[in-house]
Amino acid sequence: MQHDNLVEIEGVAFDYGARPVLKGINLTAKRGQVIAIMGSSGCGKTTLLRLIGGQIKPSQGTVRVAGESLGELNQAGLYRLRRKMGMLFQFGALFTDMSVFDNVAFQLREHSDLPEDALRDMVLMKLHAVGLRGASHLMPAELSGGMARRVALARAIALDPQLVMYDEPFAGLDPISLGVTGNLIRRLTDTLGLTSILVTHDVQESLKIVDYVYFVSEGVIVAEGTADDIRASDLPYVHQFVHGEAEGPVTFHYPAAPYVEDLRLGGQSA
Amino acid sequence: MLKLAIERLGNRTLQGVGRIGFAVRFFVAIMLHSGTAFRRFGLTIREMYFSGVQSLIIILVSGLFVGMVLGLQGYETLQTYGSEEALGILVAMSLVRELGPVVAALLFASRAGSAITAEIGLMKATEQLSAMEMMAVDPIARVVAPRFWAGVISMPLLAALFSAMGIFGGYLVGVQLIGVDEGAFWSQMQSAVDFEQDILNGVIKSVVFGIAITTIALFEGYDAPPTAEGVSGATTRTVVTSSLAVLALDFVLTAFMFRGLS
Repeated sequence: MQHDNLVEIEGVAFDYGARPVLKGINLTAKRGQVIAIMGSSGCGKTTLLRLIGGQIKPSQGTVRVAGESLGELNQAGLYRLRRKMGMLFQFGALFTDMSVFDNVAFQLREHSDLPEDALRDMVLMKLHAVGLRGASHLMPAELSGGMARRVALARAIALDPQLVMYDEPFAGLDPISLGVTGNLIRRLTDTLGLTSILVTHDVQESLKIVDYVYFVSEGVIVAEGTADDIRASDLPYVHQFVHGEAEGPVTFHYPAAPYVEDLRLGGQSA
Repeated sequence: MLKLAIERLGNRTLQGVGRIGFAVRFFVAIMLHSGTAFRRFGLTIREMYFSGVQSLIIILVSGLFVGMVLGLQGYETLQTYGSEEALGILVAMSLVRELGPVVAALLFASRAGSAITAEIGLMKATEQLSAMEMMAVDPIARVVAPRFWAGVISMPLLAALFSAMGIFGGYLVGVQLIGVDEGAFWSQMQSAVDFEQDILNGVIKSVVFGIAITTIALFEGYDAPPTAEGVSGATTRTVVTSSLAVLALDFVLTAFMFRGLS
């Protein structure tokens, strides 16, 4: 049974101990789309990805991937479902004791009994898709940040997943790698028929490639829409975020006592 | 003030007990997920290379020197009673019963245990373990269990090599340097050392030490806070905790194994 929505999140709340991170999130990702989840650092975006991957369980609400509710799956079921998912971690999370080739081959070796020459061809195809076929013999320590992320992307799509999640794919990249990574995400999504969910705070780069955007702030979705909707939005938070303004609903200063009091100038001048 | 101190004590105790609980669950998880470590024994062999083979130099050199010192000191004492031919017994007994397993375990804890903790801790800090989980591969089965069994298998082998080198060291000093009769050295050793009582018990000791050290090292790494500080703290704790565990376990095992033997 093919569902139109690959990922459905309904009323999901999550807290780390006493600190609520997400409070009632609703989100869907249609098949074949690139979805972006945006918001300032520490707003719970990465937590949302971990919920979709089933690494943590929501305290309320349901997360469904490919029609299966994650909360009802046992470990074996979860692992079966994860074979349909790929995840790109913020800094790649490549296995540092393995070469680029072995990193991409890792899942194929763990989950299949492919003969080594068939496996070799498949790995080289994935590496070719990210433009790094020639780097297959290098170790992760020899790669630049952008290359490491592309290898991690090749690894994430090694088993031809239905869903690929990207945790801050643009963080810390130079402008060329930035464009390359963005185009790669779009192209792979279209050619492989994936669904992509990226968590990012790089507005300009991601608005170029996404189909739909969710804005998360303080644990709730404050805005959603297509890239054009977001650019045209006059919601104060979205406007501030898209245009990178220092003043707005999000203040520059962390809550603190009045400045003068804190510097103890009040006492001296009195 | 007093209330605060009592609260802190209670808090520490609860945390400590909680950690022991986690460690026990972790150990059980390793046991339950050990299938892969044996089905794909190549994984375990690879780890045996890293923790066992790469510890060889320090183990062999230390064993040689410990044996040489035993030869010197033993001879000095024994010759007062005119029984320097018993040097072979003294060297071999102290090595296979105690020094071999214990000193090799202490060296193993600081050479391999610390490396295991740092490696697992860094794998966790760089999200490699998370990535593995997301690729539907259980890190306990794929990463932790092979390292555990590699340590448990390597430990008695290293202890045996330590003892062998030590005996050779004792022979070098006692027989070659000082001039104790060679025939007496070896034959007295051969007749006094009992396979079951001495050698087997020594092997049992080193297996127990291997289990203790690798469990502590793996647990500290797996439980380390994912920061530079966290990993360095965990590495230190591995060396301290496992060394103390080895010494304490040695006392308990010795009390059971050798009490009442002549």
